[in-house]
Amino acid sequence: MSALETTGPLADNPTIAPADSVEPLIRVEDIHTYYGKSHILHGVSLTVAPGEVVGLLGRNGVGKSTTLKTIMGLVKPSHGTVMLDGNAITGMPPHKLARLGIGYVPEDRRIFRLLTVMENLRTGFDRAGVTDEKRKALLDKVFTFFPVLAERRSQAGGTLSGGEQQMLAIARAMMLEPKIILLDEPTEGLMPRMVSQIHTIIDTLHAEGVAILLVEQNVPLTLAASQRIYLMEKGTVRHQCASHELSPDHPIVKQYMGV
Amino acid sequence: MGGGSHLLDLFIIQTVNGVVTGMILALVASGLTLIFGIMDVVNFAHGELFMLGAYIGVVVAAMTGSFWLALIAATLIVAVLGAALQITTLRPLIGRDPLNTILATFGVSLVLQNLALWEFGPTVRRIPEPLGSSFTLFYLDYPWYRILIAVLSALIIGGFYLFLKYGKFGVWIRATAQDRIMAQAMGIPVPLVYTGVFAIGAAMAAASGVLFAPLSGVDHTMGLDWVLKAFIVVVVGGMGNLGGSIAAAIFISLLESYATIWVDPSQAVIVSFVVLILTLLMRPTGLFVATPK
Amino acid sequence: MTTVPLEKLSPLAKPRKSRLSHTAVFWIGFCVIMALLIGAPLLLPEFWRRLLTEILIWGLLAMSSDLLIGYTGLISFGHSAFFGLGMYGAAGALIAFGPPNLWLALACGLAGAAGVALFVAFFSTRLRDIYFAITTLIFSQIFYVIIFTWTAVTGGENGLIFTRPHLWIPFLYDARFTSTTMHWFVLAVVAGSYLFLRRVTQSPFGMVLQSIRENEARTRAIGYAVERYKMMSVMLSGLFAGLAGVLYAIQNQFAAPDFVYFLTSGDTVIYNVMGGIGTLVGPIVGAGFFQLLRDLLSRMLGDQFPYLIPLGVIFIVMIIFLPQGILGFARRWLNK
Repeated sequence: MSALETTGPLADNPTIAPADSVEPLIRVEDIHTYYGKSHILHGVSLTVAPGEVVGLLGRNGVGKSTTLKTIMGLVKPSHGTVMLDGNAITGMPPHKLARLGIGYVPEDRRIFRLLTVMENLRTGFDRAGVTDEKRKALLDKVFTFFPVLAERRSQAGGTLSGGEQQMLAIARAMMLEPKIILLDEPTEGLMPRMVSQIHTIIDTLHAEGVAILLVEQNVPLTLAASQRIYLMEKGTVRHQCASHELSPDHPIVKQYMGV
Repeated sequence: MGGGSHLLDLFIIQTVNGVVTGMILALVASGLTLIFGIMDVVNFAHGELFMLGAYIGVVVAAMTGSFWLALIAATLIVAVLGAALQITTLRPLIGRDPLNTILATFGVSLVLQNLALWEFGPTVRRIPEPLGSSFTLFYLDYPWYRILIAVLSALIIGGFYLFLKYGKFGVWIRATAQDRIMAQAMGIPVPLVYTGVFAIGAAMAAASGVLFAPLSGVDHTMGLDWVLKAFIVVVVGGMGNLGGSIAAAIFISLLESYATIWVDPSQAVIVSFVVLILTLLMRPTGLFVATPK
Repeated sequence: MTTVPLEKLSPLAKPRKSRLSHTAVFWIGFCVIMALLIGAPLLLPEFWRRLLTEILIWGLLAMSSDLLIGYTGLISFGHSAFFGLGMYGAAGALIAFGPPNLWLALACGLAGAAGVALFVAFFSTRLRDIYFAITTLIFSQIFYVIIFTWTAVTGGENGLIFTRPHLWIPFLYDARFTSTTMHWFVLAVVAGSYLFLRRVTQSPFGMVLQSIRENEARTRAIGYAVERYKMMSVMLSGLFAGLAGVLYAIQNQFAAPDFVYFLTSGDTVIYNVMGGIGTLVGPIVGAGFFQLLRDLLSRMLGDQFPYLIPLGVIFIVMIIFLPQGILGFARRWLNK
């Protein structure tokens, strides 16, 4: 992961500098997305290299979640392309993208409340090419990561606490053996103790080579866990740089997080 | 015959009758509520799928002489037909106002009804009973096949329940019902799930048709009465509520059976209408729903 | 944000055609069509005369249904009950009170329809969408069963046959109907109903109904008593459906329970969809299209041909590809 050029805080067209010359895992190019008549994304471009943790910061409502949803095919962009491993995936249905290796952990988790923990996980590993050993291995890994899920495996998802549901949401995505996980505000509404647990999970996933595109309001966590940062404002990317170049009280951060 | 004991006998006979038709109604309504609960589609053509199942049963039974083959063939053929219908007429309507699916399935029901009329003519057809023997219920020779039909319906519903709870496709269906978006994000092919659900619902309707056929005749209008009753059952039982539909089906069938002790069967249907009105007034989300929403 | 009134959606409201105001164009078009319809019976052979009259009657029924579907957003399968009660009400007046009086028949028919509409409105309007549709369907069936089995009063399965009253306009005219004067009478009633309903849909009341169709929750939040508006809509709709029933009874001189069966409501909805929902005039076009197509098919392929099969398929195809109906399609085509 090489350091990227820092662009000025008010640059209109932040360049997409490739990490080395390897085709990035995810390439988003000039995406425009509308909700009805509202023009939410005004030309978003970003990349995620294989195995890289990239943070996407910005105030509420700038379009961070919409960017994730566009990548996941939950929303169709009116313009622009999304590419996975060099192949265009713009507008493909979400269930195909999940099978191609994109995991999605939405805001407010959205686990299947009436399904048990095990059944929730099952939706991820019930697919072609998963042998019994693979299934066992996946479950073992997830239960090691999240012992509490092992305890509660027969309980309905809706009976879990907020933090446990967040873990289940991430574990479920892991069942897909994804190349990248789109994480939307995983620490929202969680206690500080859980926040550091999320950090550990992100680090572990990174160590395993899973890329992560992390949308967050929690700046310290994001800066610590990511290699690169994009800052968004008003539906477009305004700034990008390596995470170590920023700190929570850096003027650029303050400008785009507006605290 | 003492008047009192005669009434009691009649009551018990009607209870058995009520349970038999109730189980068939439960099977029909289960398919309907499944389709509504998972896909948010009000399937007006459900009665016609029932009717087609019965007709196919008639044809296969005539060809092979076997009730069982008729049952299996009708169920499979209508399942495929249901899938085809969903793909051609309902898939294009996904995301549009639910009004459209009501109208579209209504259109399908008209087409199917008239196809049946054209193909088979207005005369009533019959299916031979699967079992010939009967037992004595008080002063009646009560045919065993009626009991068999009730048991078969129960088995089919039970089998379906197990499938829903434990099978892989069952989990897919339940996940899709709860959160269509996240189901897709987990790689579940939701369009395929919808087609499958519709096919299963259609199959259940067809099976009911074959099971019901020996009880009365088969003609092209038989679907109309059943779809009406099935809708009442689904509303009274709580839309999308499988257990509620079964309970409501038996409840309403029993009440209607008892009513026929005093009034003409064509008037006994008013009972189900009254139950519906009361439900809508007092507990609109369903009489058999645990907690009113 | 209130719904845009229908006029502003007219293709003729474009600047380059602003020589004539839209209202003027409407009235000119209306007069032209009326002239054609008035002149028609004088030129057409008997069969077509009657067909045209029937199309108008079904058109009126479909128009009343459009008030619910197109303007209030409520799909109703109950129109057969309103239509049927109008029919039987008129029949009752013509049989029970001699000599047969046109206006008494009208009054009784409308009263019958109004009563049913009130009943149905009371129960159904607190329900949404699907439940409303199913409930109205059930009510149709309730009335069907009552009419079918109460043989003493309603003639049961066989229905009622009666004599046609004179066309009696006090002080002006009193003679038996000819098929031409019948046509004119029906035309007058239908045209009058159309103008009245058009006025209603353009009134503040009509605007609220459309607002309910667009977003019921928001309309309620603004402060409108949504249930009351829905009830009024059902009653108005039922009244005109009953009126159609009366006209049908007078024209055909019989009343039968078949018309109360919910399939008649189904046919009505088909006319609505084919013609174009929310246009008032569309359903009449739809009724015409349906009847003419049916006639065409039976001429080409014989009386026994189940015309509902191709018609049903056309209907389904229209829902998928042409949800705006014929009129909507014409409108878009004109817009180009």
